[in-house]
Amino acid sequence: MTVKECYDAMGANYEEIISRLRTEERVKKFVLKILNDKSYDLLINSMEERNMEEAFRAAHTIKGVCQNLALTRLYQSANELADMLRGRQEYEEQMGPALEKVKEDYADMIEQIQKLEV
Amino acid sequence: MNQKENGHIRKKILIVDDSEFNRSLLSDMLSDEYEILEAEHGMEAAGILHNQEQEIALMLLDIVMPVMDGFETLAIMNKNGWIKSIPVIMISAETVPTYVDRAYDLGVKDYISRPFDERTVRRRVVNTLILFAKQKELEHMVTEQILEKEKGNKLMIEILSNIVEFRNGESGLHVLHIRTLTELFMRSLLEKTDKYEISNKDIPLVCNASALHDIGKIVIPEEILNKPGRLTDEEFAIMKTHSEEGAKMLERVHVQEDEPLLKTAYQICRWHHERYDGRGYPDGLKGDDIPIVAQIVALADVYDALTSKRAYKDAFSHEKAVNMILNGECGTFNPLLLECLRDIEGSLEKEFKELSEKRDSQKEIMSTVEQMMEGGELSVSEHSIRLLEHERMKYQFFATLSKEIQFEYTKTPEMLILSEWGAKYLNMPETILAPREAGFGIEVFNKSDFEQLLMDLEATTPEEPMVEEVYLLNINGQGRWSKVIARSMWGEEEPPEYAGAIGKIVDIHEDMEKMNRLESRAAHDSLTGLLNHKAAKGQISEILAKDEEQKFILLVFDLDHFKDANDTYGHLFGDEVLKYVAETLKSSTRNADICARMGGDEFLVFMPYKEEAEPQVKRIFNLLCSKYKEFQISVSIGVAYAKDCGRDYDTLFHMADEALYKAKRSGRNTYRFYEEAAESCCEQ
Repeated sequence: MTVKECYDAMGANYEEIISRLRTEERVKKFVLKILNDKSYDLLINSMEERNMEEAFRAAHTIKGVCQNLALTRLYQSANELADMLRGRQEYEEQMGPALEKVKEDYADMIEQIQKLEV
Repeated sequence: MNQKENGHIRKKILIVDDSEFNRSLLSDMLSDEYEILEAEHGMEAAGILHNQEQEIALMLLDIVMPVMDGFETLAIMNKNGWIKSIPVIMISAETVPTYVDRAYDLGVKDYISRPFDERTVRRRVVNTLILFAKQKELEHMVTEQILEKEKGNKLMIEILSNIVEFRNGESGLHVLHIRTLTELFMRSLLEKTDKYEISNKDIPLVCNASALHDIGKIVIPEEILNKPGRLTDEEFAIMKTHSEEGAKMLERVHVQEDEPLLKTAYQICRWHHERYDGRGYPDGLKGDDIPIVAQIVALADVYDALTSKRAYKDAFSHEKAVNMILNGECGTFNPLLLECLRDIEGSLEKEFKELSEKRDSQKEIMSTVEQMMEGGELSVSEHSIRLLEHERMKYQFFATLSKEIQFEYTKTPEMLILSEWGAKYLNMPETILAPREAGFGIEVFNKSDFEQLLMDLEATTPEEPMVEEVYLLNINGQGRWSKVIARSMWGEEEPPEYAGAIGKIVDIHEDMEKMNRLESRAAHDSLTGLLNHKAAKGQISEILAKDEEQKFILLVFDLDHFKDANDTYGHLFGDEVLKYVAETLKSSTRNADICARMGGDEFLVFMPYKEEAEPQVKRIFNLLCSKYKEFQISVSIGVAYAKDCGRDYDTLFHMADEALYKAKRSGRNTYRFYEEAAESCCEQ
């Protein structure tokens, strides 16, 4: 799978990312880095342990990474979750569905990235 | 080290972001033109800034980070003044206006919003660097001009005052002395009071003005000025006009009104011969009607006149001069200023001596500096960076050679930086954040020792910054005696604020061990391993001095017919008997008891007792009366109670010795207590 096909498949914006990062090679290098990023695990663990501050930072990092790579779909769900978490100390009901959406988009994205030809 | 490409030093950019992803993305965009340093959070960044402030050209800073976030980082950069030398660009994903505003308030120069766009990132970085460089350049130009102007001022003043001195037949040192004295008096006065309208920042101005105090002497005829003998009343009246004349000269200078230097110089010229009691000239001003700067220079003038050789007198010693002034032999002065004189008295002589030495060396330094600057192939900032790098290289080189643990401690943010060798040796990172809680403060040091050391350092003063202390440290699991030598570091503000410390840790374990062994050897009898009499006396005296109840007894004994053992079986056998007795003593006494061999076959035991002392005396007596090989040992013991000796060891010993004498006289092989009456002695 090429970078463009991968971007299309995971609801990301290929034109935007090429315009910002300039080369397909660089895009690929950083997209592949996501596979090693620990923020997602940190988010899931922190949510389970109800450590809202840490969860906010993790969601925030994911949001930032997605934004930088024009991974639009996951960016949107991570952004929504980060907004709910900002400044919160306690778990709130509405966070559950938001977290589920992040999990779903993340899994989908990982699946596509793994198909990239290295 | 900076890498050089085409002869250019690559500028260093510090990226501070907790996301490794973001750091490498930015680094990827910038690393072809800049050298990139990375930090995961504010604490780490502070560590890097602390070490390399001068070399970092720009910082990219995230806001939301663990340990220390971007706002806290900016606060620390403000506190340490780093924000003035390093432009900061925000890179947070946060676009909430309150965040952005606060960042700008804290000194951030620009903001790069996400997502990162390569062209935007590069452009913003370049723009900020250029703007900042321009601003620095302007600042530099302005400072240069101010410096230039001040230099001009000072130069003119020096020329003027030297003309006066030259005519006066005085050495050029007088003006320097007055300057120095004026500065010392002002500093001391400002520490005492703020009642006068002067502050620390006025010191250079007043010092400059003080140099002009005698310019009025230009109008005094030379015969009067340099007359070796006493002046006639008429001549003295002419001489006295110099203060008013000097003031008039300054009045005639037409520059801006209230020009501070002129105003101050006027006050000094006109009123430096007024007296606190109103009996001076030209205006007979009294007390604090005399401007304080004139009072200061008046005192400085008198002091320097006394300690200098003049046409009509020899130089008095510093002590003598101070005493004469304090005794009121040279006029009346403001009591506060006299206090200042008393305070700085100790340092005056030294200051003056250094002054005459410095005058020559400084000229040389200045001209060297000028030559270097004129060389011009280096811009100032690039030049200082290179110097700094050299210094660090030198420091690292020597630190590695010396095999000592060297450290640098800063208070805010609290961290400890170890020398490369030291870090490797201790198996610790070079930069240790929050060292009180981390491995260094609780593992290498005993926690309370480390806190104490930090407290001791903070309790020092800029004048006496050294702390030296020996600690038992844990070096890789091994207890080792180590000496910590450190000095506190202070900020430039007035009063200086404690900033941290530098120091080293020297392993003195072997020396300490050796000393302990020597001490122990000196205190013990080499044959039996018991204490010697001197050491025992020391320990017992200490107990007698401290203990409340004094429930102790002293036993002094010797072996009966020991000479026979020596004569019959030889000296070696005699030694064996002595060793045997010592072993018996050791095994039959407790740790708190003090046993010693006084010499020959004489021993002593000092021990506490509870209700009655006799049972334990009897026990020891019985144990000692035993057989060693063929030799039947018997002893005579004299016992005395510590409560009777008035805490004096010699008395106690004398009493026990007397009791021993009685025991011997009554046929040996027995023990006796020292008492007034002999009935209570028990015989075996």
